[in-house]
Amino acid sequence: MNEKTLEIRGLTVCIPTEKGVIRPVNDVSLEVPAGSIVGIVGESGCGKSMTARAVMGLLRYPAKATAGSVSLCGRAITSLPEKERRKLRGAEISMIFQEPMTSLNPVVKVGRQVEEAIRLHMSCSREEAKARTVEIFREVEIPEPENRCGCYPHQLSGGLRQRVMIAMAMVCKPKLLIADEPTTALDVTVEAQILKLLERLRDTGTSVLIISHNLGVIAKVCDYVYVMYAGRIVEQAETNRIFDRPAHPYTRGLFRSVASLREGSGTLETIPGVVPNLLRLPAGCSFSLRCRQCGENCRRIMPDLAETEPGHKVRCFLAGKEGTE
Amino acid sequence: MLRTKKKQTKQVTDLLLQSQIGEEESFRVLMRRMARENKTAVVSFVLIVVMILAAVLAPLLTPYGEKDMDLLHRLAAPSAEHPLGTDEGGRDVLTRLLYGARVSLLIGVAPALLSLILGAVLGVAAGYKGGLTDAVIMRVADVTLAFPSMLLAMVIMYALGGGILNVFLTLTLVNWANVARVVRAQTLKLKNSEFVEAARIIGVSRDRIMRRHILPNCLPTLLVLFTLNIPASILTESSLSFLGLGIQPPNASWGLMINTGRQYLYNAPWLCFAPGAAIMLIVLAFNFLGNGLLDVLDPRMKKQ
Repeated sequence: MNEKTLEIRGLTVCIPTEKGVIRPVNDVSLEVPAGSIVGIVGESGCGKSMTARAVMGLLRYPAKATAGSVSLCGRAITSLPEKERRKLRGAEISMIFQEPMTSLNPVVKVGRQVEEAIRLHMSCSREEAKARTVEIFREVEIPEPENRCGCYPHQLSGGLRQRVMIAMAMVCKPKLLIADEPTTALDVTVEAQILKLLERLRDTGTSVLIISHNLGVIAKVCDYVYVMYAGRIVEQAETNRIFDRPAHPYTRGLFRSVASLREGSGTLETIPGVVPNLLRLPAGCSFSLRCRQCGENCRRIMPDLAETEPGHKVRCFLAGKEGTE
Repeated sequence: MLRTKKKQTKQVTDLLLQSQIGEEESFRVLMRRMARENKTAVVSFVLIVVMILAAVLAPLLTPYGEKDMDLLHRLAAPSAEHPLGTDEGGRDVLTRLLYGARVSLLIGVAPALLSLILGAVLGVAAGYKGGLTDAVIMRVADVTLAFPSMLLAMVIMYALGGGILNVFLTLTLVNWANVARVVRAQTLKLKNSEFVEAARIIGVSRDRIMRRHILPNCLPTLLVLFTLNIPASILTESSLSFLGLGIQPPNASWGLMINTGRQYLYNAPWLCFAPGAAIMLIVLAFNFLGNGLLDVLDPRMKKQ
């Protein structure tokens, strides 16, 4: 289990603006071990999707990856020319979006769209591609796969469309699947089914990187979790550990902001304030403006991502000390 | 009789089966569905076919020649011998209408199609590639649009000389810029849509995205532009002919007929009326057919 499907080292994405350069992704390092599901959580605008785009090599101008490296199965891919990267996309690394409604071409039948993915990366005839499409539709549990191939996206429900997206993304058996908010637009029953599908995908050898703000999704399927805040990773740990003993005040705040059905949970807490403007980040810890336990040090110096326990890293001066609550 | 009826029922059930969700739809099935759902389109289609046939078979349909003058019967009112009357040279208007259809139909369709293809290709390229490609293509388009189209057409025609091929070329060069602008705008919108992103994610190349994902989504717009371009081409040709740059008398085109008939509007209104009605009919027919095609070709417009 030592193999890493994806390894990101010190990835930084810059967007030059009139008022200065902002870094939506700042010195992010993460890894996805083979055969695992890893999650990234964080508020909107914390850089989760930007990280995913950088990995895919699909940053939109003027955003640019300025530092760091991304390697897929030990092979550095950031330095590859665009043509080589394109060959990787779909074949080795793939992605699904949160909006299954708009991620499919409205005027092309869904079967065709999946066939396109197959024929781009595998040399096979039209008939073989068709057969494979039906097969993959069956694998992602689309009912009546033969008939659904001839449907246009608008004739399918949201859940079915997301399944088609997943089918499209996994049909070439990529080594890594990035799922950017895969269930946000779906209702809970469909969500559960899609998550099951992702788990099954992992079992067949595809590693999955899930990006979500939904802690329930993360808790359910992820083996390891990264928490991002204002472009940086602030905490990382195994799922069980992080849910048991969150160490960073931001992580704790996140967990407390989830509505619970348990009795006596009282008023729903929120984290005061908003994600800081990336142009005017505080000199010290970027969470210091909203942190209740913020001390003198926190305002001046950015804490390092330090290991408090094996496999558990936290970017906070107060972490590891008991009684910080 | 009974057998044909049985055959019909079978056809109907076949159609019903085929129109169900998921059935692979061939072009023929689509056309049949259009025939079932949209009578106007069928009538238009028939009208267009009849006009084309009439144009092709003109020598068989009329006893007179296109250029046969009969100075004793100048400007004769419609009669049994001349169903649409005669013009200022005593030529049979119906005959000239039929022969003129050859030129006018060709002039209407061919340049509209050519400018559509040229404009669509350049528009998508400009919109999707952006940068220098975009700047060059769109500046050329801007220059084209900056001149009054008639003036531009005259200049090009003057430079190239008369003849029907040159008319095609001229009308294409005048009309492509409009198409390119519209298609570019549409491409810019589609370029950032998630399905294009998704296509990039599975590793589709730029050229293929333009061809397979963006162009088909522009199709409805292109069809509308096409049907609008046909009458515009017919009318521009008539103006060119009028100025002595297009089709020259004694050859006939509908636009030319209207222009010569204008002088006799009070004493011989049929000279203008017949070709005018013909232009109107063909333009309407293409419009309705375009709408009908749009309904069946664009899956989002499908009535379920």
